[in-house]
Amino acid sequence: MKFGVVVFPGSNCDHDAFYAIGNILKKPVEFIWHQAQDLANCDAIILPGGFAYGDYLRTGAIARFSPVMKSVGKFAKSGGMVLGVCNGFQILLEAGLLPGAMMRNSGLRFICRHVYSRVEQTDTPFTNAATKGEILKMPIAHSDGNYTCDEATLADLEKNRQVIFRYTTPHGTDDAEGNPNGSTANIAGICNRERNVAGLMPHPERAVESALDSADGLVIFRSMVEALVGAAKATA
Amino acid sequence: MATASTEIRVTQEIAAEHGLTAEEYARVKHILGREPNITELGIFSVMWSEHCSYKSSKVHLKRLPTRGKLVVQGPGENAGVVDIGDGLVAAFKIESHNHPSYVEPFQGATTGVGGILRDIFTMGARPVAVLDSLRFGPIVAGHGVSEAEAAKNRRILDGVIRGIANYGNCFGVPTVGGEVGFEPCYSQNPLVNALALGIAKKEDLFFAKARGTGNPVIYVGAKTGRDGIHGASLLASAEFTEESRQKRPNVQVGDPFMEKLLLEACLEAMQTGAVVAIQDMGAAGLTCSTTEMASRGGTGIEIDLARVPQRESGMTPYEIMLSESQERMLLVAEKGREREVLDVFTKWGLDAVVVGEVTDGGLLRVKDRGKLAAEIPAHPLAEEGPVYRRPIAQPPLRNETPADWFSFSDEGTNLTANFAKLLGSPAIASKRWITEQYDTSVRTNTLAGPGASDAAVIRIKDPETGIVKRALALSTDGNGRWCQLNPRVGAMHAAAEAARNVAASGARPMAATNCLNFGSPEKPEVMWQFSEVIDGLTVACNELGTPITGGNVSFYNETLGKSIYPTPVIGVLGILEDASRVLKIGFREEGDAIVLLDGATSVVGAQHAAPLQKANREFSSSEYSKTIAGIVAGEPPAIDLTAEKRLQECLVSLAANSAVRSAHDVSDGGIAVTLAESCFAALVGAQHAAHQLGANVKLEGTSAAEYALFGESGARAIVSVAATSLARLLETARQYRVAAHQIGQVIRGDAFRIEYKGSAVIDGPVAKLYDVWAHSLERTLKAH
Repeated sequence: MKFGVVVFPGSNCDHDAFYAIGNILKKPVEFIWHQAQDLANCDAIILPGGFAYGDYLRTGAIARFSPVMKSVGKFAKSGGMVLGVCNGFQILLEAGLLPGAMMRNSGLRFICRHVYSRVEQTDTPFTNAATKGEILKMPIAHSDGNYTCDEATLADLEKNRQVIFRYTTPHGTDDAEGNPNGSTANIAGICNRERNVAGLMPHPERAVESALDSADGLVIFRSMVEALVGAAKATA
Repeated sequence: MATASTEIRVTQEIAAEHGLTAEEYARVKHILGREPNITELGIFSVMWSEHCSYKSSKVHLKRLPTRGKLVVQGPGENAGVVDIGDGLVAAFKIESHNHPSYVEPFQGATTGVGGILRDIFTMGARPVAVLDSLRFGPIVAGHGVSEAEAAKNRRILDGVIRGIANYGNCFGVPTVGGEVGFEPCYSQNPLVNALALGIAKKEDLFFAKARGTGNPVIYVGAKTGRDGIHGASLLASAEFTEESRQKRPNVQVGDPFMEKLLLEACLEAMQTGAVVAIQDMGAAGLTCSTTEMASRGGTGIEIDLARVPQRESGMTPYEIMLSESQERMLLVAEKGREREVLDVFTKWGLDAVVVGEVTDGGLLRVKDRGKLAAEIPAHPLAEEGPVYRRPIAQPPLRNETPADWFSFSDEGTNLTANFAKLLGSPAIASKRWITEQYDTSVRTNTLAGPGASDAAVIRIKDPETGIVKRALALSTDGNGRWCQLNPRVGAMHAAAEAARNVAASGARPMAATNCLNFGSPEKPEVMWQFSEVIDGLTVACNELGTPITGGNVSFYNETLGKSIYPTPVIGVLGILEDASRVLKIGFREEGDAIVLLDGATSVVGAQHAAPLQKANREFSSSEYSKTIAGIVAGEPPAIDLTAEKRLQECLVSLAANSAVRSAHDVSDGGIAVTLAESCFAALVGAQHAAHQLGANVKLEGTSAAEYALFGESGARAIVSVAATSLARLLETARQYRVAAHQIGQVIRGDAFRIEYKGSAVIDGPVAKLYDVWAHSLERTLKAH
């Protein structure tokens, strides 16, 4: 089992994802340079947060054309597990690996604080170790996390149970008070229809130790590990 | 001026336009043995500007304590460096970007952050935290401030905050603390002081000393443009006039993505072992970096401007040498190994060009397409600039009478309404609206972000293994109002409070950095303030064991002839031997005892039993007096540095033994605000309203209630402690000769009640007080 963390030149959560997997989860992990075509036999790919190529145009708009994203696209199409966090989520949207788009936060400002997200689905490799309805406390840190999509897409997402995380209040209510950035239907994270590609705006890699105020994000990485172990057993 | 070509003949008048006096110009001619050409004049003018040469402050700065057991590098390099154990060092420094932030708040603030970050990674240290110390004019009308002025101040604040956020967030460094203050004197001259902290392995430190004749000089990073020409000399080294808005082209423009590339590429290039020296191009750009590297190394440098990457066409040597385009570095590589260095920069998509070489003979030689554009001895240019012992004159003593001072309310007055007003004032109110715009948690080291503890606390991950043992704490402080009233005592308070904040987080204060913001050095009373502040800092930093390892002086903070308050901002760095023992300000458990620790050994009350007039006088300098009565007068509280030291050592010991559950120092707004903030922090952290905590406190004393509640004397902190640990706390306090008074209890629920001499003087639901404190700033800024 091996995780790969993609490094775009402006990634700035790459070290944090690497640390969470390598030092906290103690699983093999390596960096993958944005110009690489080869995903180094990794079993799961993380697109970390940051500002991939500066994001002066539109978040993720340039990153989707990078060499590594061609390989990530192929990897995803063949069923490989891909998790995009924050800027990684934005890139997955731009690359068309997930539906929808990001707008500027409704308050028009960068927001960094702990938010609460409810686990909506547990039959994904990113949430299988969580309990349905579980509230995870994780930080957000973004300007453009206001998820939007057209009504048909939203209906599809709901019908296919692709909304896997929804912002809520600490008590679990998915109302406007619990929504930090104006996201449609309080969407914090979604997966694709095949359930092997997911993106979320909150940062699970920043919530892996109680010393950092929350270890709730660990369950996402643990789910991925369990899914990989399960997949390995199935093919053994 | 910006379009000057080399053909212009330099005259005394042109030298004067460049800010050089007749004597300075004569000195230029003496050093050169001839008249300078226009490029050379430009080079001298920036190197000898107040901003770059410290010509007015040098003689005073020498008095500051700069040495210490743990100091690896004191003032004179890009940043100060201290030993933090296990082969690691911390590089840290604070710098001002005041004038640019007034002319163009967003870009001024971004480039301020960018500049200080470069200073840190130039040393080979990866930046791990930024703090910002900000001062603005009032953002609420009243007390003689018009709505138009308040609105302008709100716009400046908004631009500065967005600028800081934009740069730090994209670069990927957490902005974890600092402070924001408001006084009318900053209306025309806001202060933006940015502090950055980085960590490196001791053996990997880099210095800016050019060595090795024939070694190639390499330019890396952004292309050079016409932006920021004379930023250091004309913008930072002169006061503002009506025409200052026209100086907007002198402000640089920041590109945080470029800086991030530069960071990664520089750290990677340093690892090749082929880099000899490195210096960032900040103030005075290519001029300063070439001159200082040559001067420090005792060598010369020759560069060819034709090879410098340029953003615009037709730039003259004058413009290229003086440009302050951001995100550029100059480095010296080992001859024959330049390819290894260049390859790293290519990998990161950055321009990297050999523009010259290190030479013998100590000359800075600038060529332009083979033609000599400037030739100046580097050492005299860098080190033999003018040094002034400017006239000093103490301003006439203020002739205050008791009628000018705050008069205390009658005994038994319910002060809850005033307290709520104080909690909602911009100086005291929660800064969350601001700090939420900063990425505070990237790099996953933030153990205490803004407001969680008295200091920002960052854990140290070993760069190779990721193992965490220790943590670093940082706090910036500086009360300009107090320094205006008494510069020497005010400066001592600034150093003492920063150190006290660090100690209240559990860390042992180890070193300091300072940013000294003042009016024009050409005014004798400003130089008197400066000299007094230096003396105050010297005494305080010696007593507290925090040598000053670097920083910056910002003069000419005045507009239309009116100076700001003298505002020394002191950043203190401390170390926690055990990263798991951080103290935070929030109360934690119902039933815990609330204890007031007072480093002044006498008992509470007795200490305050001073004659009424003295209390009135001192209290007139408080936040409460200013907010409630509009009175700013009197003197800052007297300071007892040995008491401060005792209290700080006591706090560090309590943290190391996990003897207390929370700690919060008493500062702006006094004991009442300290207690309230400890309740509020519990509320912020609580997931459910049911976990809300309040306080029931009884104070005794002989002074007026307002003095007891809102007085700001130092050397005090409030801790909460489990009943089972109380005896241990009292023993530790005794050991450090700190008075410990049990003044109340943490209670479950919504009550916040303080009794003084048996009658309730503050009685309000926590939720209501919290609402005022938590949302005032946001309401003020959003309502317009």
